[in-house]
Amino acid sequence: MKKFILTAAILAAGSTALFAQKYMTRTARITFDATSKGSPEDIAAVNNEVASILDSKTGDVVFQVPVKSFKFEKALMQDHFNENYMESDKFPKSDFKGKVGNLDALNFAKDGSYPTTVAGKLTIHGVSNDVNVPGTIVVKGTSVTLKAKFAVKLADYKISVPNMVADKLGKEALISLEGVLNQK
Amino acid sequence: MRRTLLLSALFASVATVSSAQADKLLEELDDKSDKKEAVTNTFKATRIINSSTVENLAAGVLDFRILHRFGRVSDGVDNFFGFDNATTRIGLDYGVTKWLMVGLGHSTLYKSNDAFLKAKLLAQKTNGTPVTVSYFTGMSIVGDKAPVLPPGMEYYFTHRLAYSHQLLIARKFNSNLSLQLMPTLVHQNLVDSSAWSNNTFALGVGGRMKVSKRMAITAEYYYRVNNADMLNFGAKTYNSLSVGCDIETGGHVFQLFFTNSVGMNERTIVNQTTDTWEKGHLHFGFNISRVFTVVKPKEFQKGNSNW
Repeated sequence: MKKFILTAAILAAGSTALFAQKYMTRTARITFDATSKGSPEDIAAVNNEVASILDSKTGDVVFQVPVKSFKFEKALMQDHFNENYMESDKFPKSDFKGKVGNLDALNFAKDGSYPTTVAGKLTIHGVSNDVNVPGTIVVKGTSVTLKAKFAVKLADYKISVPNMVADKLGKEALISLEGVLNQK
Repeated sequence: MRRTLLLSALFASVATVSSAQADKLLEELDDKSDKKEAVTNTFKATRIINSSTVENLAAGVLDFRILHRFGRVSDGVDNFFGFDNATTRIGLDYGVTKWLMVGLGHSTLYKSNDAFLKAKLLAQKTNGTPVTVSYFTGMSIVGDKAPVLPPGMEYYFTHRLAYSHQLLIARKFNSNLSLQLMPTLVHQNLVDSSAWSNNTFALGVGGRMKVSKRMAITAEYYYRVNNADMLNFGAKTYNSLSVGCDIETGGHVFQLFFTNSVGMNERTIVNQTTDTWEKGHLHFGFNISRVFTVVKPKEFQKGNSNW
């Protein structure tokens, strides 16, 4: 009996190590484009400091986005983004907590490109919404690449667009995400 | 029995792990290093009203500024409350690096040209450095014809020059309130008489208080430590006081205010303010600015694969 418990314990420990496989990055990239149709200037930014972890055993995936790290072509636009729209002092980080929908169909041991849908909670500007994001997971050796494109409605996150900029700033932001996560 | 216990223990642990898993992963992402973050947007613009703020233009940004001060409001209806006579400064400021900016300008008052340089020395950080400190230095050249001088005295080119040095010490107390102290030295090569020093020491204080996301109340005042009784071309001078508001439109900050200074460089603000609030000798004024991105940030330069 004692021997059995020992074996079970070792197995349990072993399997944890074997399956609790985490992939991580701190340099994923998010770009967004919230330009209104016909606007004379682009309302777009890039952030190369997005952190993410994917747990291939549980299918949990999280993202953390430092809001002040979004870079704009125009410095003044970046100021306004942080000061007036995102209120970055109050809400310094946006994040996402989700679960990969078709975990069974993914084989992290085999190179390949797997389409997937991640369902979870997206928090921007202190407001959380449930979202379903279609994306792709590309497995290559010990790294996985996550790619996704989706749109968010600014109003859903209580980001108000004053009338005087409505001809430039759209009601939706098109977000695209790409990150190469390496085995931890 | 033992087997059941073990199994249930295993199950329990698995269940707990999966429910709190995402939160744990997020926690793992939190930067645990005690990174101190720089405080941003202490002020909305590079000027409070007349004074420079600790804010610099971003590297590669060119700012075309028009500063305008109308005549005395107290002139009444004859001069349309000051609108009929005004002084103006047009200038170009440029952000060389994120800590260095330079500027050039021409003012109608005394037909002066000025140039300045502003360098950020210290940046306020959350849980770190309590203040942002910048050094400002400028010079101005009076372009007017020679004033009436005592007999036998010649008006040299150097008489037209003045220099100023300022330490700008600012703190953003919270997202609404920022204050700035400005110990200032103005050296004017030619003053009215030897009764006064060529060096004026002044302590300036200024600040802004946001009243909404897009509007802020601003004010600034210079207290002269010496030369407070100085005459300027025979006229009594006063400490400069300005009160106004910043209004942010989509593209820029529009500054509207009342001030007793009609000059728009440090020499005229500190030494040559000849109007006083007490007599209602106020001037309505505004600053407008238009920024142009001359050098794009590296993320947006050609050949970068971001887009």
